[in-house]
Amino acid sequence: MTTVSRRESRAGLLFLLPWVIGFLAFTAGPMLFSLWLSLTHYDMLKPPDFIGLENYREALVDDRVATALWNTLVFTALHVPAQIVLALGLAALLRRAGRSAGFFRTVLYLPVMTPPVALAAMFLLLLNGQNGAINEFLGWFGFTGPNWTTDPAWIKPGLVLMSLWTVGSTAVLYLAALTRVPVERYEAARLDGASPWRQFWHVTLPGISGTVYFTVVVNTIASLQVFTEAYTMFFGARAKQSSDGDAALFYVIHLFREAFESLRMGYASALAWGLFVVIAVITAVQVRLSRRYVHYEGERS
Amino acid sequence: MRRLLVTAVVPLLVVCGCGGLGSSGADAPNTLVTMGFGLPDEHATARVAVFRDANPGVDVRVNEGAFDEQQFLSAVAAGDPPDLIYAERRKLGSYAARGAVQGLGDCVREHGVDLGQFRDAALRQVTYQDEAHGLPDFSVVRLLIINNPVVRAAGLDPAALSTTDWSAVSSLTDRLAVLADGRPERIGFDPKVPDYLPMWAKANGAELVTGDGFDVRLDDPRVVEAVRFTADLVRRQGGWASFKAFRDTFDQFGANNAYATGQLAAMPMDSWYINTLATNSPDADVTIAPFTDRQGAPLTEAGGQAWAIPKGARHPELACRFLVTMTDADTWVAAATARRDALARTGKPYGGTFTANRVADERIFREVFDPRGNRILERGVPQVLSLQDKTFAVAPSPAASELVRAWEGGVNRVLTGRQSPDEAMAQAQREAEQALKRVGGR
Repeated sequence: MTTVSRRESRAGLLFLLPWVIGFLAFTAGPMLFSLWLSLTHYDMLKPPDFIGLENYREALVDDRVATALWNTLVFTALHVPAQIVLALGLAALLRRAGRSAGFFRTVLYLPVMTPPVALAAMFLLLLNGQNGAINEFLGWFGFTGPNWTTDPAWIKPGLVLMSLWTVGSTAVLYLAALTRVPVERYEAARLDGASPWRQFWHVTLPGISGTVYFTVVVNTIASLQVFTEAYTMFFGARAKQSSDGDAALFYVIHLFREAFESLRMGYASALAWGLFVVIAVITAVQVRLSRRYVHYEGERS
Repeated sequence: MRRLLVTAVVPLLVVCGCGGLGSSGADAPNTLVTMGFGLPDEHATARVAVFRDANPGVDVRVNEGAFDEQQFLSAVAAGDPPDLIYAERRKLGSYAARGAVQGLGDCVREHGVDLGQFRDAALRQVTYQDEAHGLPDFSVVRLLIINNPVVRAAGLDPAALSTTDWSAVSSLTDRLAVLADGRPERIGFDPKVPDYLPMWAKANGAELVTGDGFDVRLDDPRVVEAVRFTADLVRRQGGWASFKAFRDTFDQFGANNAYATGQLAAMPMDSWYINTLATNSPDADVTIAPFTDRQGAPLTEAGGQAWAIPKGARHPELACRFLVTMTDADTWVAAATARRDALARTGKPYGGTFTANRVADERIFREVFDPRGNRILERGVPQVLSLQDKTFAVAPSPAASELVRAWEGGVNRVLTGRQSPDEAMAQAQREAEQALKRVGGR
């Protein structure tokens, strides 16, 4: 290595140092400590007591973990497709908005700015089965709406409905992706007599598959970590105990309650590592599938 | 990836990140920092003023806001606790068992506090291993509030309505409830479960937790029967989902409350609601009666807050002086007088202050009470006073939060139809035993 390149690499490392220190102090360090805590019994008031893999063994047979994991996976399975389909539809509409696109883009994104707790409080009113606005709306078409906030069978669909409030963040990404699909491809498809559906399936979707993949991964991870809105609606100060038969007990809520209501920091750390593994496995599957279904510009097919 | 990492360290970040109240200034010799106490009205401000007048050199820092268990325990763990906490009494036993609050034996001896002036149930809630770990503050009891016009319209006598005969309660619920397409338009009788399960179980002769807080009997047949009975009352009124959705629409703290609108015929309720009703619906025609057990004897569950000194508090002696002052009869009378005068200035009646201090209550209701002809207060207050010494409390337990979660979870599974009462309470018992094993064992 020449003197110059050595000097350059030293400078590079120096520039990296703040990030490295931050990573070690605030990410890697706490992660390792959390891993250690997961092997202990720790109630915050007495020193941690090493118990080996006992917390992990307990998590495997804990009925509530199974319930919470199931609830979380169901929510994710409903939320991610709904979010993507709706966002794509809205992005397609926005694309045709012409000169007023900027205005609609802003309007669409504004709800994303709503604080989650305020959102949850608002949707408790909107989703009320007795006199909520959503059931009023369904009533105009002759439907009797369900008890979204109190019937265990409808709580997760209700939460999915609420989660669509922030669809604007995904929609603007799709809008950006749609504008990058070359117009010539549509012209070629039309010349070949492709219907609008075929154009969407064979031109649009492959053209934006990179963005779709990204949003699927990000939304899946966010769904698996769902917490604030559901906790506010069903477990917060307003309702100290979920009164819906655990239908809204999501994984991170269970983790939080074990940590801060039962003071089982060791067990909660084990649960956190369990979620880490679940997310890592699901993301690995998505990465694997992406090789077959995701196309990038300039890539050989 | 970053999100994944954040998830993995959720508990840890909070353990590391919650440094409590911060030590800036709190280390000064004459500073007192409280947690969980606010200054919403004269009951708080006048009592703090009494302490400040007697201790002009002390800088009392009232950290306003509701008590946050997580914040408190994190602060204790970090060695940076406040000097005083103001928390629900039913949780104090758990904090005492975990060593998060100090025993007050020396404090009460030094200040000559007569613990006998506190109501028995309230004192029991703050006593752990025969030593008081907190001093009781307010006192809440639970009683029946009956909507007279609704009950009379159904051809029933409000004065005759009671919870003694459970089959009669079922019948009157059917007569008073109004359903349309299976959904309630009026609740006939709200049993207030799962919150009030300890009271229903006690009415049936069973205690959920006894002794030192390690003896739990959630699967006792009498508890199961209470769960079955109360869940059945809800089932008769449209089922849990519709029942709760309807109840969620009530304007509990407004002029359009369920009593004023006729959406509710009767329910057991916390005694503070009498004052709320008297203020918001002074003309509401209600009967206030004791909740009774199945033999007809009045029965009520004690609630309220207590003051305690955390482990590691910087100024335990000052803190002791503060909590003794705050719960002293003279201080309470000063606060009650200030509250009455403030309400009088706005033309409102004063419904009294219900404390856990028997001596204070006697003086307040003899010297200060000023209902100004308000019918709700004139009828209700004597009932509340008559119940104050008939209260029971769930025995304090080192696993208090987990036990409540276990039995409320059991009742919820029955309400939502997921389990039978037997299955649900058997599972609740197993969960409770596991929780107790954890706090007692590893």
